[in-house]
Amino acid sequence: MSGYVESEAAVVIDGVDKVFNAGSLDEVTALSGIDLTIGAGEFVSLIGPSGCGKSTLLRLIGDLLTPSTGKVTVFGKPAHGARLDQDYGMVFQHAGLFDWRRVAANIELPLELRGWSRADRAARSAEMLDLVKLPDFGGHYPRQLSGGMQQRVSIARALSFQPKLLLMDEPFGALDEMTREHMQLELLRIWRETGTTVVFVTHSIPESTFLSSRVVVLSPRPGRINSIVDVDLGERTDDTREDPAFFAKATEVREALRADEVGA
Amino acid sequence: MIRNRLAGLGPPIVVGVAGLGLWEGVVWGFGIRKFLLPKPSSIIGRLSENWPILRHAGWETGRIALSGLVVGIVAGIVLALVTTRFRTLNEGLTPLAVAVNATPIVALAPIFNAWFGITGTLSNQAVVVAIVFFPVFINTARGLTEVHPDELELMRSYASSEWTILREVRIPNAMPFFANALRVVAPLSVIAAIVAEYFGGPQDRIGNVITSNVAFVRYDVAWAAIAVASALGLALFAVALLVERVSMPWRAAMGDGEYTTTPGRE
Repeated sequence: MSGYVESEAAVVIDGVDKVFNAGSLDEVTALSGIDLTIGAGEFVSLIGPSGCGKSTLLRLIGDLLTPSTGKVTVFGKPAHGARLDQDYGMVFQHAGLFDWRRVAANIELPLELRGWSRADRAARSAEMLDLVKLPDFGGHYPRQLSGGMQQRVSIARALSFQPKLLLMDEPFGALDEMTREHMQLELLRIWRETGTTVVFVTHSIPESTFLSSRVVVLSPRPGRINSIVDVDLGERTDDTREDPAFFAKATEVREALRADEVGA
Repeated sequence: MIRNRLAGLGPPIVVGVAGLGLWEGVVWGFGIRKFLLPKPSSIIGRLSENWPILRHAGWETGRIALSGLVVGIVAGIVLALVTTRFRTLNEGLTPLAVAVNATPIVALAPIFNAWFGITGTLSNQAVVVAIVFFPVFINTARGLTEVHPDELELMRSYASSEWTILREVRIPNAMPFFANALRVVAPLSVIAAIVAEYFGGPQDRIGNVITSNVAFVRYDVAWAAIAVASALGLALFAVALLVERVSMPWRAAMGDGEYTTTPGRE
């Protein structure tokens, strides 16, 4: 248990396998032999072809699934305990806002469930709406917002209780390219301002390269960690997307993904 | 928005009045016999002549419809909540309810007379309850269970209890489904009450007023009773719309169009 420095590791995945429908005819090994340590404050992407188990891995960290073997530790405690302590916020591809709550009330939902007072909730949701640059939309209903705006609200909701870990499952997958690039910059800004650890699932090579400090490349069926690409591009701006160093890193990620195909 | 709504009433009123005018003209012009189709003007005349009887009949039938409606709705919602909590019960009961709902329940009216008495109102109420219950139960149960998986995962990430998920997600999610059922069953309750009255129950109700006046060849009075029944159905439908509007302000904020056919979220 003392193999890592507790204060620096946000997530430790130790020898994890995940088998669905074990023992039946449709048994699927989704993940096999996963070892991964994510440091506090890191921005790590999980990338791989569909069916490689990257979303499964994210759900194991969030204790929305339990590993078949091995263990997942989040901030030094078992993932289950971390979920019960609500140590992380989650953002899905589908913004998942509740139609019946106004935008501010959606952001305040996790705070309400934690028993915050009305005044505290209102103050925090206003702060969060500023953070995601939607200060005037608290009184709207989610359906009155565009897809990109809804996803910002979803991020605001996930961050409202200031979790030290943010789990994101293809959050920009349903957005158009322009909105997506804009949201990427916004997310990096928010990451810098809050100091949150981010685990980000994507199947986009440029997205993973642009956002992350490390890109974890998964191979399909059963999902294994094929390689981990360190990305050091300094502070990202829109210009980064046209930087040769960025292309070089994206190529490295692409080749790591291709290596799987050859290997398989 | 209110001005738009009032403006929206214009065309149907114009068409309705024109339709009545056409009806009057056709009956007069083609000399259609009174027992086949009386003129609107003579129906209105009978309506005012027989107003005390018709008002009483409308009131009593309305009470049967409304009480049956309320009992059917409450029973439907309660059973939907129970089946949502117990998955196996839901899986066993829902297909059965869908099947029963597809059968002509109103055909049970004479049987209900044998069960609950032919002279009292209980058998009529029972028909209304049986008609109302199934659509409410089926739709509400669907709304309670057809929740987007991401939303359930989100609630689990908050370490929410099943009770919290029910309160925060399932019940609000079910409301548009329930509202759709309500739009159907509110006017249906009047139909059910009247059909039940054709088979039995006290003699001073809309159903019996229609049958007895037809028996005495007073077709225009029967039509006047039908007009009262229509007004009842419309009134209950209006109440259903009002309940929907008041209980789901987020739908009103979105405009009606995109919600009327597909409740919930895609």
